Amino acid sequence: MAKQADKTIIKLKEVRRIYKVGVERIHALDGIDLQLHENEYVAVMGHSGSGKSTLMNVLGCLDRATSGYYELDGYDTTKMSDAALARIRNERIGFVFQSFELLGQMTAQKNVEMPLIYSRDGWISRKNRAKKALERVGLSDRVKHRPNQLSGGEKQRVAIARALVCNPSILLADEPTGNLDSKTSEDILKLFDQLHSEGQTIIMVTHENDVAHHAARIISMQDGLIQSDLQTKEFDRSRRTTDKKSKEDRS
Amino acid sequence: MRILRFLIRTLVIFVRLLYQSVYLALGQIWANKTRSMLTTLGIIIGVASVTAVIAALSGLKAKILTQVESLGTNTIFISARRPDRGPLQHASWWSIRFQGEHFEGLLEHCPSVSRFGRQTWVGRYTVSHRDKSTEGVTVRGIEPACHQIDSRPVTIGRPLSVIDEMQVRQVCLIDPKLRNDLRLDRDCIGQTVLIGHDTFYIVGVVEARPKNVFGGGDQERSEIFIPFKAGLKMQRYPHIWVLAESKSAEVSDDALAEIRFFLRRTRHIKPGEPDTFEVQSLQNELQTFNEITVIVTLVAGGIVGISLLVGGVGIMNIMLVSVSERTREIGLRKAVGAKNSAILTQFMIESIVLCCLGGLVGIIFGHLLITAIDNIVKAAFDVTVLDMAYIPAWAIALSFAFAGSVGIFFGMFPAIKAARLDPIEALRHE
Repeated sequence: MAKQADKTIIKLKEVRRIYKVGVERIHALDGIDLQLHENEYVAVMGHSGSGKSTLMNVLGCLDRATSGYYELDGYDTTKMSDAALARIRNERIGFVFQSFELLGQMTAQKNVEMPLIYSRDGWISRKNRAKKALERVGLSDRVKHRPNQLSGGEKQRVAIARALVCNPSILLADEPTGNLDSKTSEDILKLFDQLHSEGQTIIMVTHENDVAHHAARIISMQDGLIQSDLQTKEFDRSRRTTDKKSKEDRS
Repeated sequence: MRILRFLIRTLVIFVRLLYQSVYLALGQIWANKTRSMLTTLGIIIGVASVTAVIAALSGLKAKILTQVESLGTNTIFISARRPDRGPLQHASWWSIRFQGEHFEGLLEHCPSVSRFGRQTWVGRYTVSHRDKSTEGVTVRGIEPACHQIDSRPVTIGRPLSVIDEMQVRQVCLIDPKLRNDLRLDRDCIGQTVLIGHDTFYIVGVVEARPKNVFGGGDQERSEIFIPFKAGLKMQRYPHIWVLAESKSAEVSDDALAEIRFFLRRTRHIKPGEPDTFEVQSLQNELQTFNEITVIVTLVAGGIVGISLLVGGVGIMNIMLVSVSERTREIGLRKAVGAKNSAILTQFMIESIVLCCLGGLVGIIFGHLLITAIDNIVKAAFDVTVLDMAYIPAWAIALSFAFAGSVGIFFGMFPAIKAARLDPIEALRHE
């Protein structure tokens, strides 16, 4: 891999997301500053309600920040129209969901083709591109299968192929192993490692430690703020010290 | 050049989107076959009934037009009729009826009329030849001119002549059915038949009357034509009517007016009093028929409008169900880059395709319905009324346009609802 990893893909400055529930204002994101470079593999950790899903939605351009600045691939997304955001999602972001979100009445290939329907030049060689993406995730023999004929791991692979088919700048995975057993989870994570080694930038939301450890960088969140943003090794070290501290406290 | 390229590009994108959406829509409809069919039932029934009505009317019109052409468009019927108002409103039939002398001098006074002939309905008689006899034969007395006006060619022998008329000869024309019933020779000229108690010589055979839509219910009966005066002699209270012919179709209205003026004078009707007779041309009748056609079409259209409205509400309902069932799919599609407009188009197209399919099935059903009715009528009454029924191209276009607009109108709300869904909420939807 060429080491030009310095190219910044994501730039967040003072990003806030405030929900109004009745008269109450909930600060789901409370001033996030973050920079991601090309070919990084980042895990976002945190308890439920920590704001990691909101961060995912903002990063994926599904949601808009209430205030702050978000730049993706050099584009300022804060002032974009809905249609322009849809195009950004289509061309630069690949989503992988916990529950796969495959359309049951379509074959694996048709599912993978779907983003190309909405892309500008997607109609050229759509089939080939879908087949190539399926090949990339190791499912070239499952092209004509429907989701109900596939195992959980295979379903997630189809979903990953769908996320990759438009050659996105970032792959956003929201608890990608949440619905899988440990064996298949390991397979999927191996696939992520492989994609990462091929140059893909990956952001993954998870609350499992072992899953997060596949990433090189771990961001943990709490109450809408980044609590820590460390390389995985440093993360382990800090964990150990906090663990030790709590043990000492207890004893 | 740039503008052209832009236009082509836009067109290509549009066509692609349309193709995609139609393809998706058909897939969706196919996936929910039963539901789609039940949903479109309203549309199907609406379109089927309107096509059937339009086809029936068009067929009837075509049929009547051809028959009118065979009768001659210049033909005028003149008959006595009791007025709806005035002093003669309750007059006896006897005082209203035509008398032979009412028409003397008609040709001189009516320049637009080329000829006329009086007819009298003598009645139904038992006609016999040797030991064979047939009951209920229609006997009519006609003047020779009627031959030319009512085009019934004489196939064997000769038509009735002026001399037959003047000398009140006991001669007659028969139709082939009667000839067969009485077992007469094919060339039966010169043989005699008994009409009631009077002997008549056969001078000719006329062609069988073509099956007729108006007043043609009596095709089972045979017909005999005798000279007008001979007919008058056979009855105590003769019933007379007149067939006339205008010089051309253009002066048909003039001819009607002239005859009316003439008859009012010969029948001594005072100014201001209503007519005691009726003068009708086939063209007038056609006009009336056309008016009726328009009214029936409008009434049918109204009923169909209601049924399409009901069908449309059904479509809207099912589209709303579809939107809420596929909320997650909508969320996903938005997540992978579908614009609101793409989602809107997808659901609009789905509803339009659904309605147009309903329209197509409706047209087919309408066609089947018309064929079925035609066959039933044929089997039950042995008359072909609807054999010329067809669905005109404009009716097909209209049906599709109606179905399509129902799809657009009632698909709009669900489609907007789908397009406005928030992708995050949609993906979280259970």
